[in-house]
Amino acid sequence: LKLCQAVVGLLGRFLVDLVLFFFSRSQILKGWRAAALIGLENPFRPTVNTLSKQLSSEFTDIMNEIWANEAVKSAVLISSKPGSFIAGADLDMIEACKTSQEVAQLSQEGQKMLEKIEQSPKPVVAAISGSCLGGGLELAIACHYRIATKEKKTVLATPEVLLGLLPGAGGTQRLPKMVGLPAAFDIMLTGRNIRADRAKKMGLVDQLVDPLGPGVKSPEARTIEYLEEVAIDFARGLANRTVSAKRSKGLMQKLTDYAMAVPFVRQQVYKTVENKVRKQTKGLYPAPLKIIETVKAGLDQGHDAGYLAESQNFGQLAVTKESKALLGLYRGQVYCKKNKFGTPQQEVKTLAVLGAGLMGAGIAQVSVDKGLKTILKDTAQQGLDRGQQQVFKGLNSKVKKKSLTSFERDSILSNLTGQLDYKGFEKADMVIEAVFEDINIKHKVLKEVEAVIPAHCVFASNTSALPISQIAAVSKRPEKVIGMHYFSPVDRMQLLEIITTDKTSQDTAASAVAVGLKQGKIVIVVKDGPGFYTTRCLGPMLAEVVRVLQEGTDPKKIDAISTAFGFPVGAATLIDEVGVDVATHVAEDLGKAFGERFGGGSIELFKLMVEKGFLGRKAGKGFYIYQEGVKNRSVNSGMDEILARFKLPAKPEVCTDEDIQMRLVTRFVNEAAMCLQEGILSSPVEGDIGAVFGLGFPPCLGGPFRYVDSYGAKQLVDKLRKYEAVYGSQFTPCQLLLDYANNPSKKFHQ
Amino acid sequence: LAAPPPKSKKTLTKSGVKNIVVVEGVRIPFLQSGTSYADLMPHDLARAALQGLLNRTSVPREVVDYIVYGTVIQEVKTSNVAREAALGAGFSDKTPAHTVTMACISSNQAMTTGVGMIAAGQCDVVVAGGVELMSDVPIRHSRKMRKTMLTLNRAKTLGQKLSLLSKIRPDYFAPELPAVAEFSTSETMGHSADRLAAAFAVSRLEQDEYALRSHTLAKKAQDGGLLLDVVPFKVPGKDTVTKDNGIRPSSMEQMGKLKPAFVKPYGTVTAANSSFLTDGASAVLLMSEEKALAMGYKPKAYLRDFVYVSQDPKDQLLLGPTYATPKVLEKAGLTMADIDVFEFHEAFAGQILANLKAMDSDWFAQNYMGRKSKVGAPPLEKFNTWGGSLSLGHPFAATGCRLVMTTAHSLKKEGGQYGLVAACAAGGLPKCVLGP
Repeated sequence: LKLCQAVVGLLGRFLVDLVLFFFSRSQILKGWRAAALIGLENPFRPTVNTLSKQLSSEFTDIMNEIWANEAVKSAVLISSKPGSFIAGADLDMIEACKTSQEVAQLSQEGQKMLEKIEQSPKPVVAAISGSCLGGGLELAIACHYRIATKEKKTVLATPEVLLGLLPGAGGTQRLPKMVGLPAAFDIMLTGRNIRADRAKKMGLVDQLVDPLGPGVKSPEARTIEYLEEVAIDFARGLANRTVSAKRSKGLMQKLTDYAMAVPFVRQQVYKTVENKVRKQTKGLYPAPLKIIETVKAGLDQGHDAGYLAESQNFGQLAVTKESKALLGLYRGQVYCKKNKFGTPQQEVKTLAVLGAGLMGAGIAQVSVDKGLKTILKDTAQQGLDRGQQQVFKGLNSKVKKKSLTSFERDSILSNLTGQLDYKGFEKADMVIEAVFEDINIKHKVLKEVEAVIPAHCVFASNTSALPISQIAAVSKRPEKVIGMHYFSPVDRMQLLEIITTDKTSQDTAASAVAVGLKQGKIVIVVKDGPGFYTTRCLGPMLAEVVRVLQEGTDPKKIDAISTAFGFPVGAATLIDEVGVDVATHVAEDLGKAFGERFGGGSIELFKLMVEKGFLGRKAGKGFYIYQEGVKNRSVNSGMDEILARFKLPAKPEVCTDEDIQMRLVTRFVNEAAMCLQEGILSSPVEGDIGAVFGLGFPPCLGGPFRYVDSYGAKQLVDKLRKYEAVYGSQFTPCQLLLDYANNPSKKFHQ
Repeated sequence: LAAPPPKSKKTLTKSGVKNIVVVEGVRIPFLQSGTSYADLMPHDLARAALQGLLNRTSVPREVVDYIVYGTVIQEVKTSNVAREAALGAGFSDKTPAHTVTMACISSNQAMTTGVGMIAAGQCDVVVAGGVELMSDVPIRHSRKMRKTMLTLNRAKTLGQKLSLLSKIRPDYFAPELPAVAEFSTSETMGHSADRLAAAFAVSRLEQDEYALRSHTLAKKAQDGGLLLDVVPFKVPGKDTVTKDNGIRPSSMEQMGKLKPAFVKPYGTVTAANSSFLTDGASAVLLMSEEKALAMGYKPKAYLRDFVYVSQDPKDQLLLGPTYATPKVLEKAGLTMADIDVFEFHEAFAGQILANLKAMDSDWFAQNYMGRKSKVGAPPLEKFNTWGGSLSLGHPFAATGCRLVMTTAHSLKKEGGQYGLVAACAAGGLPKCVLGP
């Protein structure tokens, strides 16, 4: 078989929701035969404005050329970059636009370009390997046929909603036709990743290609080549009509499509989905509602109205503060996925975890999962068994979800050793302790561990509040001691807060960050101090929650107003989740360290709760009663007496729902700013990421610092002053906030 | 005709190591499953092969020290099929027997087990063989159903029994079929072969051509009376079976019409270029050289060296021969040019061709085998010249003995000295045996 197909080098790159190609002329090669290959690459980043115009015209040029050339019967779109069909979203482009009209204009250009492909008389096949996201997916579904490699790295998704946007290049119009209305809503409203095999079942792709092993080339190179060969075959087949692009739909889909064709049924679907979205977003996120609206426009009012609505809504969404906040978080996340301390001298290959409790086992799971040899040590067989079972359960749930095979699970677990002694610690490259939060116990294990580990081994402490320097005080090698604060449940919470002391070496930090990144975490690195960053921000807010409770607002109401503000978990529920005993412990420690600023509520209330055994979810009772299998939990009536005992008169001038929200949030934000002021935080970006991913600060606000920017430092300081006048110094704004309030042009994020 | 080049070594005799010989080997005809053997049990086939061996060699039964048999899909009633077959074939009930399993190289394993026993001085005479009956495979109740049934055994009162029975749901009745799939990857062998062919860019055309070659050569060998290891088998209630029934030389056109069997709709492995489901059994008589000579036998072959290798069960499942060939050659101190007869197990045409390409690739040798350069592909004129598993059939565990006997007979006919046997097996465990 001669390789006579023309290879047209189309150096493409991708801009959020717009497919814009930069096409290098010099790469049009020789003669054409049956299929033209269009390679997508991303070799450089030219400036945005010229690109947009240039790209659309050049893309039109190449399509024209394909149409004009008699010898070309079909075309294949394939990326020459392994691992990505089109994934990179160029957010600069959107952000550079000043008005929503400008963005809408970009969307329209994208729509037109993809429509050209859709209407091409010569079939175009998308050959997908690697991530096919956002506009990449929109491009793929504008083609006549899609072939994807069945690899883990091949995922299809429309993540726009996660950035507060919508698919703006025809996606909202094509997807419902392709996969049916319910599935299209699911794809667009969740933005979730769809694996290739699932995509095939949904009808999002037409054929799957299995990844190949080694041949006379590397598996990756040969797999791409094979994908190309198969795609060319299908492109030829489509051109000479031996292959039909029409998909045979299953009975279920046929029935669904039939039902969706009835306007009344469709209206019911819109209504149900809309209600669900409203309930989940509390009206704080505009993008999902706009997506529904846009889909509706296309289906009810026709093609032109649909496309118009898409571009207009895309433009409107792009300039919302929610979108900017989410975009900021996306960028922050990318920032926190890099190791700014460089490559550690010695890669961690063997990790030991002390304590097989909820945290310890969680850390072991995310480590062994990524190929680290992991030792899980506990002091009692019973605790160890529970921990090992937790790891098994965690991995097994992936088997049930089919993201892992049972064989892979077993082979992963073979790297986990559960033990009660320090055997094998002489080979450990890092030890993470997750033992009970008591400084004496921490000191004891540190000394025990240092007696058995090799010189290069890092000792990391997983603590939520004990200062690392205090733990390191008994160490023979404090430069190797660091804090790694994981969040519960470890396998699901994305954040890792790493704490360095004055003595921690750069290499130790590099090693800890590398392990965190390997575990798949978003890593922020902060300086040591009581409560570090995350726990410290949470402290004043929870103190205020207690105050609000004392003033007679019941837990359900507090939960309702905090979730209405955008917190994923209500403030009272959060205390139950954390554990009242833990909260008391931390509050006492921080209270000692920071004094009045952590005042507000009475800690005695917590202490009484602990006394009565109301420890939160783990004890079955806290502010609420927790029962296995009961969904609607009821308020713990045992709390009535406690709350009555600590009751304080409410001050009507600061007790509206909005005031209560602001009292909680301003204290959080003020403390976060204080951390930046004191150098605990090295940047506002890390502050935002830590608050959102570790504490559930409302993502639509983008984190405390972005919130100050959008709400206005001055307005925020005014609020603080107002509450300060009523309650006292716990509301005194910090100097940094005052500086920003005095200078309106000063922003944390430029 | 040019004289053959001189061999690297005149003999492979090693000092201090016993010479182990194949006195004789036989097999009953290999039949497509569901044909004449359909109503038999595996040990019946093995019995026929053993009796055939006894008849041909007239070896006194009490001389046989040990019997080893290979099987893949086990009949649970005769889990030690070696023993059941030996008793049924009239061997002494004092002769111990055991059964081994190692996927498609189970009888190779049986033979090398025998070699080990003789070399260790445990035995002088061992019968090794393999049997497979694909016409009947164990289909089980579902795990849920099995559990219920076992619990039912222990239930004491009628009430307990009824409550157990009441838990049975329709899905309990769904049977569990044995799959020709890897347990570790859940991939069927055919699917793996298709991916392997694609990895080495083996085209459909090449595969069909190779399959046609196999059938054509097998037909020629059958017609020419070269398949000396076949012994007739009088099947109870049916006629005597005298020859393999899967050899069907077709045309490229006919083969081209078939649809892909595993990777649909664009794969390259079809029913015509894969080995088919086969029933059959084989057996060989192994002895130490001195014993054979003392008993007046003229050995048919000397078993010299063997290696087992294993690799990634997903992407390199069927590449065993590529890895094993250079290793066993080096072990024996020979080169590819020294080998007069190559017998490779043909699971799929694509698998054979992929192996040939891999053996001929420096890139593969350097990147995956840790070798400086390729070993080179065997010349086709010395390669499976009497057909192979594609055409003769492949009763999984019986194939190994067939490969060895074909090599022995072929060497004799061609006047060659050294032969090489290689096979791939599920789990990525192939092996190699060097003949005389």
